[in-house]
Amino acid sequence: MAKKESTFLSMTLTLFIVTFLASLALGVVYELTKGPKALAEGAKKNFAIKKVTPPFDNEPNAEAYRIPTADGTDSLTCYPAKKEGKLVGTAIESYTMKGFSGLIRVMVGIAPDGTIFNTSVLEQKETPGLGTKMTEPFFKDQFNGMKPGSQKLMVKKDGGEVDAITASTITSRAYCDALQRASDAYMKGGRHE
Amino acid sequence: MEYIILIISTVFVNNIVLAQFLGICPFLGVSNRISTSVGMAAAVLFVMTLATIATWLVYTYLLLPLGIGFLQTISYILVIAALVQMVEIVMKKVSPALYQALGVYLPLITTNCTILGVAILVIQKDYNLVTSVIFAVGNAIGFGFTMILFSGIREQLELVGMPKGMKGVPIALVVAGLMALAFMGFAGMV
Amino acid sequence: MSNIKEFTKGFIKENPVFVLLLGMCPTLGTTTSAINGLGMGLATTFVLVASNVVISLIKNVIPDKVRIPAFIVVIASFVTIVDLLMSAYFNSPGPNGEPSLYDNLGIFIPLIVVNCIVLGRAEAFASKNKVFPSFLDGLGIGLGFAFALLILGTVRELLGSYSFFGYRLIKSDGILVFVLAPGAFIALGFIIALINNLRKTK
Repeated sequence: MAKKESTFLSMTLTLFIVTFLASLALGVVYELTKGPKALAEGAKKNFAIKKVTPPFDNEPNAEAYRIPTADGTDSLTCYPAKKEGKLVGTAIESYTMKGFSGLIRVMVGIAPDGTIFNTSVLEQKETPGLGTKMTEPFFKDQFNGMKPGSQKLMVKKDGGEVDAITASTITSRAYCDALQRASDAYMKGGRHE
Repeated sequence: MEYIILIISTVFVNNIVLAQFLGICPFLGVSNRISTSVGMAAAVLFVMTLATIATWLVYTYLLLPLGIGFLQTISYILVIAALVQMVEIVMKKVSPALYQALGVYLPLITTNCTILGVAILVIQKDYNLVTSVIFAVGNAIGFGFTMILFSGIREQLELVGMPKGMKGVPIALVVAGLMALAFMGFAGMV
Repeated sequence: MSNIKEFTKGFIKENPVFVLLLGMCPTLGTTTSAINGLGMGLATTFVLVASNVVISLIKNVIPDKVRIPAFIVVIASFVTIVDLLMSAYFNSPGPNGEPSLYDNLGIFIPLIVVNCIVLGRAEAFASKNKVFPSFLDGLGIGLGFAFALLILGTVRELLGSYSFFGYRLIKSDGILVFVLAPGAFIALGFIIALINNLRKTK
């Protein structure tokens, strides 16, 4: 195999052509996959919303809006779930940085009157077997029906009503923090109908 | 204050090698001597910081405005490769002594997943430029720190008898696993 | 070497992970379960085969001095294609809302571009051989890589979650350390030691 001579012109020209063709090919694939990708991401989101709100017949993703957190430092996305035009619940993408391993993202479903309908973890890196138990019904279902507006969510150790996961107090507290954040923001600036 | 927490997080809690699995190839390949580890660590610190700045700028001012975010992988790797080449040339001219010490590691760093990994992570985490730099520096320190610790242990291991199959990489991996286990104790610190 | 040998060498004799000790990062990072390991292995195989073929095709028109950058652009392009395809077609949540394969592999998909195996094969083989042998070489090494990831993923999943490909075998929590970082290192270390022993007694 003869090695092609490397003149400055041939080098730059080749690299340019290769990169150009590559970018073209990628542009094509990008356009082709844009649609299915958006569908897949939308499906994942709808899945999460469905889990935390009462049955709905609208497109919460299409009607999403943002509200500031109660302390004004950040903002959360709200997905209104409506049945026959009437608001039955709002799914709020909340988070907490107080997890044992940092960030935990939670989808919080709040009824129009501020009661928690259901919650679902979106993302977490807690210790498997300990903090990860927060996704299990025995822990997360206890929040359903609570009204964080009137009673602050705290674990029993801190004087509250919440049953923490054994040996995972930090994760349990973090979960409360995420739900409280969603509720406070919603009660302050969310749409109740 | 936030920055101190970020550094503690990157060096200990979310250690780039022991928790994120980035940089294993050089970690295993260069760490059999403390001296080579120090050299590699210094080179990584240098390149990672520059690369993170360069790629962040490319993404924020070129890819994002033009809507060609999907060219991230290609553009990043080209920027990193070019950067390493330039650093080598400049270093040779400006500080031949430094080049003698670090030079051989520089080409190895181009295919080092830590550099590309950190560059991608700062965009994923939506950090601004200053935070990205601190994140990069923290990770580089974490990488170097871990590798130097590791090489110290490996140098000792060479003097010890062990089953033939375990010699070299296998025992190194088990040691890395035990180190990772130890580092897990840092979780919850921040 | 006959073409068949090109293909099979990647599995045992020159297995990239267990023998050549290359591509460690994705090996440790994506093998929390058998299916994740297999998915990663196959994605890498796709890139390996595609870039080997293209590079073998263009090897005679690329000037020598810009070989490596040109190869890198080709590899990076296929990595991006894999990334885009996976984000569109391998991105559905599980029945209980579990993360998709795309979510699980995360940052390791773009990191295929710095997987030393890919550039290594391009430089060592594809740039010096015809298209069909390069195709087989890429396929063999790639599947060997996937094979290695599948084994490590299976071991970690069996020991760490008592499940196999998602099917729970024992209704209990498993030896957790194996799905975490330390377990990955330790499991791989022991597997390589075992294979070293097997090779030495041959």
